[in-house]
Amino acid sequence: MPKFAVIVFPGTNCDFETVEALRKAGGKVERVWYKSSLKDFDGVVLPGGFSYADYLRAGAISARAEIMEEVKALANDGKPILGICNGFQVLTESGLLPGALRPNKVPRFLCKWVYLKVNDTQTAFTQFYEEGEVIRMPIAHAEGNYYANDLNKVKIAFQYSDEKGNIRDDTNPNGSLLNIAGISNEKGNVLGMMPHPERASDRFLGSEDGLRVFKSMVEYAKR
Amino acid sequence: MKWKAKVVVRLKEGLNDPEGRVIGKALQNLGYKIDELKVPKYFELTFESENPEKDVEEMCHRLLANPVIHTYEYQIEPLGE
Repeated sequence: MPKFAVIVFPGTNCDFETVEALRKAGGKVERVWYKSSLKDFDGVVLPGGFSYADYLRAGAISARAEIMEEVKALANDGKPILGICNGFQVLTESGLLPGALRPNKVPRFLCKWVYLKVNDTQTAFTQFYEEGEVIRMPIAHAEGNYYANDLNKVKIAFQYSDEKGNIRDDTNPNGSLLNIAGISNEKGNVLGMMPHPERASDRFLGSEDGLRVFKSMVEYAKR
Repeated sequence: MKWKAKVVVRLKEGLNDPEGRVIGKALQNLGYKIDELKVPKYFELTFESENPEKDVEEMCHRLLANPVIHTYEYQIEPLGE
């Protein structure tokens, strides 16, 4: 059974839910304090929260922590690395994914359910979805407005849409370019997303659509 | 040798500054004819270095600014030995 690390920085607050979702998906999981080592892990999740209180820029301080060098090494080895919300911000700030997450266009914290269109099923986290499938997950962020200088280099995994998969300005909660909700690296083993799949991983929570992100990750890590 | 640096980090031209927009709107509501208001970040630091230009440039590039969305400028002055 593959073993995953859910990294906890000062201010991380979605670690327990993420551990729960990954376990439900069939993985062995440990919460790992950011000053520890990532030896013997088959994949990593950088969960949501407000690491270092979002000081400077969301994810900026965590991205420069020593443990991120180990995350980069694992990413280079082809291991699955997932960043959710604050974790996505850490991945862009550390250069593991292109672009940046700016404050929401509407200047406030957004906390609501959204629809996402699955754009790319060729990643370590989306293989159990169908291309064009529409799924439902919650967002909860103040800095989720995705921006990149060169969108040609960006591999879009999820886009904010309506329930039928139409991608319009009024289905874009935060002002992201091209309604981007999640992207992956070229190889598809590093993915960052603003919506919270762990909060949509049980019917009791209102949706199970997010569970397949973790199931895909577990399956991918078995290879 | 000790130095003092004043660093200003700005959003690149054309990028939306929601905080600036809200503050600008509040000033408009107070009756001022504001066209645009931006909120750069300002840092002051004292530090020891043999090569202050290089170090401040590096600090800006590696942490204080995000080169994807920011530009930066700085002034450095000596604080003495």
